[in-house]
Amino acid sequence: MSTFLLWLSTLPALAQVPIIIAAFVALVGVLIFFIEIAPRRGRVYTILRLAACVLIPLLILAALESYTIAIIAAGVLGVLFFWLDYRSSEGAGYLFQLVGFLAPAIVLLIIGLVVPTIQTTIQAFLNARGDTFVGLDNFVWIFTQPQAVRTVLNTIVWVLIAPVVSTIAGLAYAVFIDKSRGEKYFKILVFMPMAISFVGASIIWRFVYTARPAGEQQIGLLNQIIVLFGGQPVTFLAVDPWNTIALIVVLIWVQTGFAMVVLSAAIKGVPAEQMEAAELDGTNAWQRFINVTVPGIRSSLVVVLTTISIASLKVFDIVRTMTAGANNTSVIANEMYTQFKNFEQGRSAAFAVVLFLLVLPIVVYNARQIKKQREIR
Amino acid sequence: MSAVTPIDLPVDAEQKKVLARGERRAETGFAKGAKRRLTSRGATIAALVIAILWTIPTFGLFVSSFRPANEVRTTGWWTIFSNFGLTIDNYVTVLGSGNSQLTLADAFINSIAITLPATAIPLVIASLAAYAFAWMNFRGKNVLFIGVFALQIVPIQMALVPLLQLFSRGEIFGFPVIAALGQSGYAQVWIAHSIFALPLAIFLLHNFIAEIPGEVIEAARVDGAGHGQIFFRIVLPLTMPAIASFAIFQFLWVWNDLLVALIFADGAVAPMTKLLAEITGSRGQDWHLLTAGAFISILVPLIVFFSLQRYFVRGLLAGSTKG
Repeated sequence: MSTFLLWLSTLPALAQVPIIIAAFVALVGVLIFFIEIAPRRGRVYTILRLAACVLIPLLILAALESYTIAIIAAGVLGVLFFWLDYRSSEGAGYLFQLVGFLAPAIVLLIIGLVVPTIQTTIQAFLNARGDTFVGLDNFVWIFTQPQAVRTVLNTIVWVLIAPVVSTIAGLAYAVFIDKSRGEKYFKILVFMPMAISFVGASIIWRFVYTARPAGEQQIGLLNQIIVLFGGQPVTFLAVDPWNTIALIVVLIWVQTGFAMVVLSAAIKGVPAEQMEAAELDGTNAWQRFINVTVPGIRSSLVVVLTTISIASLKVFDIVRTMTAGANNTSVIANEMYTQFKNFEQGRSAAFAVVLFLLVLPIVVYNARQIKKQREIR
Repeated sequence: MSAVTPIDLPVDAEQKKVLARGERRAETGFAKGAKRRLTSRGATIAALVIAILWTIPTFGLFVSSFRPANEVRTTGWWTIFSNFGLTIDNYVTVLGSGNSQLTLADAFINSIAITLPATAIPLVIASLAAYAFAWMNFRGKNVLFIGVFALQIVPIQMALVPLLQLFSRGEIFGFPVIAALGQSGYAQVWIAHSIFALPLAIFLLHNFIAEIPGEVIEAARVDGAGHGQIFFRIVLPLTMPAIASFAIFQFLWVWNDLLVALIFADGAVAPMTKLLAEITGSRGQDWHLLTAGAFISILVPLIVFFSLQRYFVRGLLAGSTKG
């Protein structure tokens, strides 16, 4: 495979796209072919199945260029498929088919996510070169260095502010535009930042925040407004506690559209009868909103808050592009990359583990929420 | 495992119309009055203010990118009418500028070359696996599926460095396992993006595929169709809306990604986000170049967004109101 990929990389960029996709589709085609003929009876198909047990290891050999793995795969495949399929209650060739459907995804996930997660966790307890066990030193370093502590605190500030503000803004906007004229266009305007990359958004906002010395004409919109009211231009990205807020605004700007679209759909799902009943009880619009609409969209609110919380925990692009972590604006994801670039692999891995531990409760809570909903239904 | 079919959610134009019609018929007396008060003038004005606030930054960038370099540097974009002047010089300049290895125009091509396979490959693999999870019986199916779902917990930051070691040296835990990829162009980025997309893609597609009525699958099986045929003839066509929406999602995600690109796409294969971030760092005051560059990078997602917005929103809802 590496030979093929090396040859591929010598071609012009856009010519690589159809070739790699065609090669991939051909591979999947072969896979589907064997899946299709696997359950059939008769000598021809038995021979074909046997052929697959030789062919698949050969393909693995070509892909990984490792004889050990290919030999192991051949043995496992041959024995497993025929012995288990012989005993399978689902009919001959069933296991063969199952592996055909599942193996690509499972193998990739194990190689790409499961094993690396274990490796990173181990790495977090090793030194910078990854050859000596240092215990909790890397974590001690994170929680004793003022700079690193600040990084963790900043991340927590992000996750406290960004989800709440963007959810409230999105919810308010969704309620305001609900059933108004031109609702669709209102939605598009606020939703548009979702399509813009964080790098693009960062440049947009750096331009809004940019400051020029007092007396000169301002080119950043915010400073122009400040000067207009008689203030002094502010370098938003340099003043310590506020620069983090300035960065958070960018994430809020991007995520509000997401919150708005989801919550808008949820609001439309609140039964009209409930609203009517509340109306008959003589409630005002605000009471109806708090007592009928909000409970009605509770699960969507949880989902939106969760999604944006995870996004703000992992935030990297915005900080990297706007300040690169200068002036105490760094966050965990950015610091992790910085440490990696400085060949401090242990510390980098430790930051990744801290991030993992911060994400963990949010996702677990969300998973339980989903489970609870399923039980109700 | 049942799930809401996101197609049913009242989002696309047709559904919205039906919904609006239905509700208008149901509204009488009180409800009508309530609606009117809810969408009062104050609310509309507030909405208008938010909409303008949200659009102005992008609009400013757009206007600036067409103004002459000197004007951008000295005056605000809102003075466009007092000192009028438009040019496309910024675009020409920025497309030619970059680092020692490639220009922004090359990076644009790189972005396309990275994004298309990184969208197609995970979708195919995920739909195969999603089918197996939905319509094949095997022991430990639920445990395995929950395992795949749980992998969403893992932040990709956890996987980056070990994966890089695997690609560059072919090692897992220091043991040689595969042939190293070395300097093989885009391959690393394709594989990395494909892997990172899998957990969510499998989960969402599974929700759709599991919703297909069992009778349809049974009927096909009685007619003698194997799993391969059922997958191609029945499941794939019925899952097309979900696949389309996830494809758009994945496209935007890969196109807009910076972190994976920084780690896996070095040198001559870097996408536009990476080059732009570099330009921002090194020439942060060249606003005429930055605005034009940013707008080029925004262009493709915006085209995708505006032309396929319906499916995109549907995909969002599939991802968020899962359950």
